[in-house]
Amino acid sequence: MADGGDPRVLVRVDGLKMHFPIHEGLLRRQAGSVKAVDDISFEIFEGETLGLVGESGCGKSTAGRTILRLYQPTEGVIEIDGRDISTLEGTALRDLRPTMQMIFQDPQASLNPRMTVGSIIAEPLSEHHAMNATDRRNKVYELLDAVGLNRDFANRYPHEFSGGQRQRIGIARALALNPKFIVCDEPIAALDVSIQAQVVNLLEDLQEKLGLTYLFISHDLSMVRHLATRVAVMYLGKIVELAPRDALYNDPKHPYTQALLSAVPNPDPKTEAVRERIILTGDVPSPANPPQGCNFCTRCPKVMDRCRVEEPTWRDLGQGRYAACHLLEDA
Amino acid sequence: MPDGAAPILDVNNLKTIFRTRDGEVHAVNSVSFDVGPGELLGVVGESGSGKSVTMMSLMGLLPSPPAEIVSGEILYQGSDVRKMSEAQLRDLRGGDVGFVFQDPMTSLNPVFTVGYQLVEPLQIHMGLSKKAARARAAELLDLVGIPDARKRLSDYPHQFSGGMRQRVMIAIALACDPKLLIADEPTTALDVTIQAQIIELVRDLRQQLGMAIVWITHDLGVVAGIADRVMVMYGGQIVEHAPVGELFANPQHPYTRALLETVPRVDGTRDARLRSIQGQPPSLAAHPASCPFAARCGHVFDRCLVENPERRDVGARHDVACFWDARTREPYNG
Repeated sequence: MADGGDPRVLVRVDGLKMHFPIHEGLLRRQAGSVKAVDDISFEIFEGETLGLVGESGCGKSTAGRTILRLYQPTEGVIEIDGRDISTLEGTALRDLRPTMQMIFQDPQASLNPRMTVGSIIAEPLSEHHAMNATDRRNKVYELLDAVGLNRDFANRYPHEFSGGQRQRIGIARALALNPKFIVCDEPIAALDVSIQAQVVNLLEDLQEKLGLTYLFISHDLSMVRHLATRVAVMYLGKIVELAPRDALYNDPKHPYTQALLSAVPNPDPKTEAVRERIILTGDVPSPANPPQGCNFCTRCPKVMDRCRVEEPTWRDLGQGRYAACHLLEDA
Repeated sequence: MPDGAAPILDVNNLKTIFRTRDGEVHAVNSVSFDVGPGELLGVVGESGSGKSVTMMSLMGLLPSPPAEIVSGEILYQGSDVRKMSEAQLRDLRGGDVGFVFQDPMTSLNPVFTVGYQLVEPLQIHMGLSKKAARARAAELLDLVGIPDARKRLSDYPHQFSGGMRQRVMIAIALACDPKLLIADEPTTALDVTIQAQIIELVRDLRQQLGMAIVWITHDLGVVAGIADRVMVMYGGQIVEHAPVGELFANPQHPYTRALLETVPRVDGTRDARLRSIQGQPPSLAAHPASCPFAARCGHVFDRCLVENPERRDVGARHDVACFWDARTREPYNG
């Protein structure tokens, strides 16, 4: 990965907002909006894996989808390879699709049950490249080899495969157009533990071989620690902390990151018996009606009066660390 | 653990099959275990390992057909559950034995208020009057940490969040002071911070009420934090069983060992490439006379392919079903 020299920025997100309108009443007037992603900014360097973690409903999947322009963002800039794609439309956007791809959580739902594995993987090729049938078939075989599937599988249907194999098919399809940037949206969440490791190892091998850049969205903090170069933590539509992996896990700065990490059970009875957990009270507020001030103020164990009125700013803490919390302002 | 105390639940050689159009599925295969009073037994396994079907078999919760318990003995406080009448079983379920399921949205009835669902078992099993039952229901919600308990009795399940719904489920399971609580992946559908709340709650409740708990999960981390003893299931069988500290410090079965190595840890003591278990879990339709893990095992040898290993003792309350000896790293002679 990018050691020494200045790493090149492949993806830059600045002030990204994705609000979904809520319509109410007979005339379907807009009554408010769900602030699924509310002003997030970060960069992803070429060849790295940025982990995006958070609990369900925090907006991490929406963020990933918006960055790939599966949604029309409400506000903000998305630059991929130096080009602003946040307002592109039609053919201009379609021409950029090959550089950025997605791997979805549920391989059952994201593969068309009526298409053979071969045609699923070949579909992006026929959409974007003028290839003859032989070339296309060879490319499909090449991709099946790359993800560790048997070439004979090309003529079979998705239901004939297990979850882990289906996820490999999804990965082969994402790789078909030689992308630079892949958003992995919970790619292992639906798999059994013994299968998860197989898929994660495959993603790592492909990254090394093809120089891929990943945005790895997950709620599994242990797996993100294993995979990511840097990690961003989301809560209720905002990124609360972003730091290089080891710094974040060894010395979390934001109270939410601290609570989140302390809640993850560790497979070791000795450390589990003595560990002090920070137990958060209550539930995540609704993103349609976030609290005043800091989003985390309703659950934060270190909340101060100021947190309920004033929103903390996104601060550079040095050494590549960023966080948004009033407690860190004197530091 | 009170070692000499009579177990509250004693299961011997339980076999459950499903008769389907495509043949028999051997979901649970000669499973034996016991649970002592006040003890927390963790059951670990992947999907299809038979852990849920085992627990559903215990209290006659499986629809029959297609499910059928073909053999085995299930002793609850000494009396055989399989010989009980439907009425006796109903008294046991929800009375002495409480259940908490994975998904609180599908196990709560959406058209009745939470209060109604809590009051029902209290009236049926405990014979309380409506008023007394309602007062007790409010107490129970308060016990599981739901704020404003009395008011929330008239709310419907959809008005609660996921974590709160799971608390309601726990309150219903606890309603009749069960001696045994069976929790089937109770935190799997929840976020980590909410999972931590529920685990903390169960710890507290266990101390206050002293019931025995069987906790089914696929998460080794959860088991490490709460269980007294653990049994690991694979392909419908128990492959290893030990006290929790012993299991993690000294795993014997190749599957347990591989499982412990495949999971990355949040405290980051392992950072190299993940060790993966190659291949797929076995299909339970075929029931070959071989070890269920043989196809994926790194220590497989000829005997594993022709014979299914029996559980053998390897230490104090520690047994393993494997022909390979993890200590000598050689086939076991016995």
